[in-house]
Amino acid sequence: PAMISPLCISPGDTSVLAGLYGPAEAKISKELPDRAALEVLLRPKVGLPGVLERSREQQLRQTCEAVVLGVLHPRTAISLSLQVLSDAGSLLSCCLNAACMALLDAGLPLAALFCGVTCALQPDGTILLDPTTRQEQEARAILTFAIASSERKMLMATTKGSCSVEEMQQCLAAAQRAADAIFQFYRDSVRRCYSKS
Amino acid sequence: QVWQIRLDMHLLNHDGNITDAASIAGIVALCHFRRPDVSVQGEEVTVYTPEERDPVPLSIHHMPICVSFAFYHQGTYLLVDPTEREERVMDGLLVIAMNKHHEICTIQSSGVVMLLPDQILRCSKITAVKVAEITELIQKALENDQKASRKEGGKFGFAESIPNQRITAFKMGSAAVDTNDVEEQAGEIIAKADPPAEVFANPVLHTPGTAQIGEGMESSWGDLEESEKEEAAEEEGESEAAAFECEKVETEDTSTMKETKNDEPIVLSDSEEEEVVILEPQELPQKTR
Repeated sequence: PAMISPLCISPGDTSVLAGLYGPAEAKISKELPDRAALEVLLRPKVGLPGVLERSREQQLRQTCEAVVLGVLHPRTAISLSLQVLSDAGSLLSCCLNAACMALLDAGLPLAALFCGVTCALQPDGTILLDPTTRQEQEARAILTFAIASSERKMLMATTKGSCSVEEMQQCLAAAQRAADAIFQFYRDSVRRCYSKS
Repeated sequence: QVWQIRLDMHLLNHDGNITDAASIAGIVALCHFRRPDVSVQGEEVTVYTPEERDPVPLSIHHMPICVSFAFYHQGTYLLVDPTEREERVMDGLLVIAMNKHHEICTIQSSGVVMLLPDQILRCSKITAVKVAEITELIQKALENDQKASRKEGGKFGFAESIPNQRITAFKMGSAAVDTNDVEEQAGEIIAKADPPAEVFANPVLHTPGTAQIGEGMESSWGDLEESEKEEAAEEEGESEAAAFECEKVETEDTSTMKETKNDEPIVLSDSEEEEVVILEPQELPQKTR
């Protein structure tokens, strides 16, 4: 069982602390016979976790389950705990990045890496990547995508607000470009981490 | 009417002496906090937003700081500010909360150690020294933050305080992303995609927050998995979509919203959350309605 705490920062000082525990022994009620049971806990900065946090947890869980090779660790529990330290916009994509770095750092077997990118559609139609809180409020629609590292496929999409199909496709294409930069960042930080130790 | 103040503390790393750390964090948070300004004229109360009037700080009379002492061997050995390992093997714990005016706010003693009065006096002297140092550090940090927030472009806040000279810390500035041919790529995908489903009739609004689109179909809960996969593949032609139920539901709903826009739909609930999917037994997402 490994315990990791990478910290993830997005532009604009959004930070999320991720801690990963597992694969560890699971409670009988929660264990799955053929693969690992993944659980995500998201704690907001202020107040107790509410319905919004629960829905984000499910989104994160399903994204992680798509990449984690759970079949290699049956009847175990993998627990991912996320604590929001500060929120200045693009929180969900920051959580996604923190989750992936936690999985990477823990050395869990993964089919692919993933990253989170948020796009804000402004009223005049321009696309803003990784918006700040102010930009999110003024935007017509906010779309968050989880992009996988293999062939830049989309793992998860969440939208808030309304947009046309063409706009959504444009945002997705823009997010896939941005994903390249984020994966490069993962590679560089892991390389740096293991270069001197 | 009164203000209610709520202090949430999150423990990020436990390496001993949470009490002291928490007390410092708490008092600094309260000192740093700014509440909205209020003016009261007779019975009328006006609360100003942060944009209208600068928020005001709370009235903090003094800053009590906790200092913990761990005792070993029936009081023979004393350790100030014990680490986690030291805490685990200690016999007794003494916590003294004091402010910089040398006033003791709290004394708590626990464990199996019986302490002599002069031991406690000695501890309180040590506490006075520690509290003076810590209070000065706090004042400096608050001033720096004040100055940085006044200056445009000054960096402050949690993210900046993380040390970035360590091997495990890696920072990257915001990177420019080349999105020149994004529109063309998106256009190609849409051109290759199958045309969306036929336009739906106007939604029927039963009561505020409940709407029905189209007629019902017989439920096919038995083979839900396969039918949803087929629909998602046909619907947008998004070859990127991996299989997720909730995400598929949303792709369906965005297309629904787009089509109903053309028919001037009645406004559904204005919840800010993602698409509201009202599930009725015959309303499960089916492509052909």
